[in-house]
Amino acid sequence: MKFSPFRGGVHPDGYKELSAHQAIEKLPLPDRLYVPLRQHAGSEALAIVQPGDFVMKGQLIGRAAKGISAPVHAPTSGKVLKVQPFVAAHPSGMDSNTVIIECDGNDTPIATPTNIDPFSLDGKTLSDTIANAGIVGMGGASFPAAVKLSSASRQVVNTVIINGGECEPYLTADDRLMRERPEQIILGARLIRHIVNAENVCIAIEDNKKEAISALRQASSEYRNIQVIVVPTLYPMGSAKQMIQAVTGKEVPAGGRSSDIGVLMHNVATTYAIAQCLSQNEPLVSRIVTVSGGAIKHPKNIEALVGTPIKQLIDFCGGTLEEPSKLLLGGPMMGQLMPSDEVPLIKGAAGVLALNNNEISQPSASPCIRCGRCVSACPMGLVPLEMANHSRQQDFDGAIGFGLKDCILCGSCAFVCPSHIPLVHYFQYAKGEVAYQKATQQRMDHTRQLSESRRARQEKEAAEKAAAKAAAKAAKEAKAAAKRKKQNAASANQ
Amino acid sequence: MNIITISSPHAHDHSSVSRLMFHVCLALVPCTLYGLYSFGFPAINLFVITIVSGIFWEALCLKMLKKPLNFLNDYSALLTSWLLALTLPPWAPWWIGVGGSFIAIVVTKHIYGGVGQNVFNPAMVARVALLISFPVHMTTWPIAGNDPFAISFLDSLAITLGVSPIPDAYTGATALGAIKTGLSVGATANDLVSDHFVFTDALMGKMSGSLGETSALLIFVGGLWLLSMRVISWHIPVSMLLTMSALTLLFHLIDPTLYSMTSFHLLSGGIMLGAFFIATDPVTSPSSKGGQLFFGAGCGVIDFLIRTWGGFPEGIGFAVLFMNALTPLIDLYFRPRIYGRRIDGSPKQYDTVEPAQEGKQT
Repeated sequence: MKFSPFRGGVHPDGYKELSAHQAIEKLPLPDRLYVPLRQHAGSEALAIVQPGDFVMKGQLIGRAAKGISAPVHAPTSGKVLKVQPFVAAHPSGMDSNTVIIECDGNDTPIATPTNIDPFSLDGKTLSDTIANAGIVGMGGASFPAAVKLSSASRQVVNTVIINGGECEPYLTADDRLMRERPEQIILGARLIRHIVNAENVCIAIEDNKKEAISALRQASSEYRNIQVIVVPTLYPMGSAKQMIQAVTGKEVPAGGRSSDIGVLMHNVATTYAIAQCLSQNEPLVSRIVTVSGGAIKHPKNIEALVGTPIKQLIDFCGGTLEEPSKLLLGGPMMGQLMPSDEVPLIKGAAGVLALNNNEISQPSASPCIRCGRCVSACPMGLVPLEMANHSRQQDFDGAIGFGLKDCILCGSCAFVCPSHIPLVHYFQYAKGEVAYQKATQQRMDHTRQLSESRRARQEKEAAEKAAAKAAAKAAKEAKAAAKRKKQNAASANQ
Repeated sequence: MNIITISSPHAHDHSSVSRLMFHVCLALVPCTLYGLYSFGFPAINLFVITIVSGIFWEALCLKMLKKPLNFLNDYSALLTSWLLALTLPPWAPWWIGVGGSFIAIVVTKHIYGGVGQNVFNPAMVARVALLISFPVHMTTWPIAGNDPFAISFLDSLAITLGVSPIPDAYTGATALGAIKTGLSVGATANDLVSDHFVFTDALMGKMSGSLGETSALLIFVGGLWLLSMRVISWHIPVSMLLTMSALTLLFHLIDPTLYSMTSFHLLSGGIMLGAFFIATDPVTSPSSKGGQLFFGAGCGVIDFLIRTWGGFPEGIGFAVLFMNALTPLIDLYFRPRIYGRRIDGSPKQYDTVEPAQEGKQT
């Protein structure tokens, strides 16, 4: 039996051979780009361009909102046609404000590469540059990279882990990136180490990517304290918590961050984007994406601009063999169902998959037979069958008791469920309800606080008024008394 | 319950409940065929009657409950009545099969809410209820090793319909029963085992017993196949058989005149069938691995207690039912530890991280 670095996990069919041997190809400039202003966790960016404006490649078109957010840049030069809601990468078909750019075909950049050695700058400056470049986690979570860096710099980080797991089936974008551009990944890893002042870099790669392992070993050989670690192929190895456990043997404490145990993790594609940003002065406007699946004629790994409609990516692969049963953004385990092929590519999408009917799970569910396969498969040590039972009965506290809050939605449980119960569906619903209840509770607490402080203020005001009145009365009386005294004195004098 | 899953995951390992149940049925084929062969036509009659009536009860319940009849396709009714038939005396009359499958399917399963909702193992509830209600019919064992088809099909119908009693010449006691009786009249366990137990016969199944429990070897082969197909996990069978082995060995070493040896216990009665096919029923056993180990060990202990000091020669049914009753509690206490948390649920804590050594990097 193979050494298992974490409990549970599943072995879905890889399908990596469909695209793994395809070198990264650059997509020709499309005619139009649809750049969503929400491509990251947190608040939507705010548009700062108007229809009719001319923008250059890399020009800021959406500034980061308050709190957790990330800016958005023009992926190429051209004219802004519209700023309007457009279908976005969300299974509901929910719209997101989108800047539509008509490309002029020149791809004129706004800035030129600088000659400043990034290692001569301090971590704060570099972290700000990364924030301004709109870099987000490109492994799928889309969390702003700079927020992660600056919160990690407040703690002691010993080890930077670069996540080259890519455990999702079909996806080979990170694999190709590691094979073809290992120097930039090593540069990015060293820059991250420099920013958080860490000692070691571990690049962790699943053992099914032999070429990537040797490419990175070679590229890292001349630098000290950079280690390439081979981890077993096991889903969800690419999940941050599982990867950290596989590399360090430690678990991220519940409710905590990886920096609590001295670790910071970034995905290889994010690391590459950081290197491009700090060495070439390029904001994040493109990414490498795997276009694959049984319905795709010639699966490929494509370097494409953010905002490219996924239909053009599919057309670049020779189109489809048949009407796809499901169109996904991301991998089949955690990716999202796309409402149409007009959806634009976003920063966090490592894959566009067009799956045929044989490749997808069948939707009909039967009753749970309590076989416990979900319990064995769960990499977090949860009891999915009980979480689903309690969620279905709206007993969210019960679901939390069996681990709802610790669930990472990796889908291992639903993957192995012989009853085909949509477990992740239940957990997403329950998590949404819990968040909504929490928000409602906070709002109610806030309202109560406001009304209490208002009452306190009114009482205080009333008391002050009464006091002032009393004081005025007292003063008046005193005055009158004085007057009387004066009169008395005067009459006495007479 | 048809939900259009827009949630991930969009991939599946292509397992299904019906395939799991079907695999269990396949694993039962060798020991069943052997049982039918060694006990002849009356056993075949009982087997067919039990299964047909089980499927009939299932269809009736689904119809009355207005559930889709396609649940019949999941093989669960077939498997339940099949397992029940294997635990019945091979020459039992027809109403034992029909009544047993009624108790299993209607009372134990559907009244509790259908597939996945029953607390107790349906086949075991039916067997135990029959054993307590009809002790004579449930303990009349044909002698194995006779010419299996000495009873013609017509004669077998008389036995199945209960119109003529089974001739005494054809009946005897099971090994476990004979030894229990022998011990109660002062014989020593060693003598009794050597009189009533031949290792190779027990392994192959040349002995009296329930329809499908006699050949320990064929049951074991089926169980190994289920393990290799990952239909069942090793935790329950291994902990159950190990517990039984350890207890019987310990007591046999203490006093061999009172306590029979381990190989006798492992190869007699229903322990092998119970360990691989009955106790591993997913619905009524714990879902966590720790819980399954505890559950298996509990079954082994209780079966040993009943065999050694109880009123019945074999106690596997009672053992499984008792542990079924404990399963919700076991599931509560044997929850796996959550990642990043201690076993009590509080967040894990590590010592503060050592600061990185100062030094120029690149």
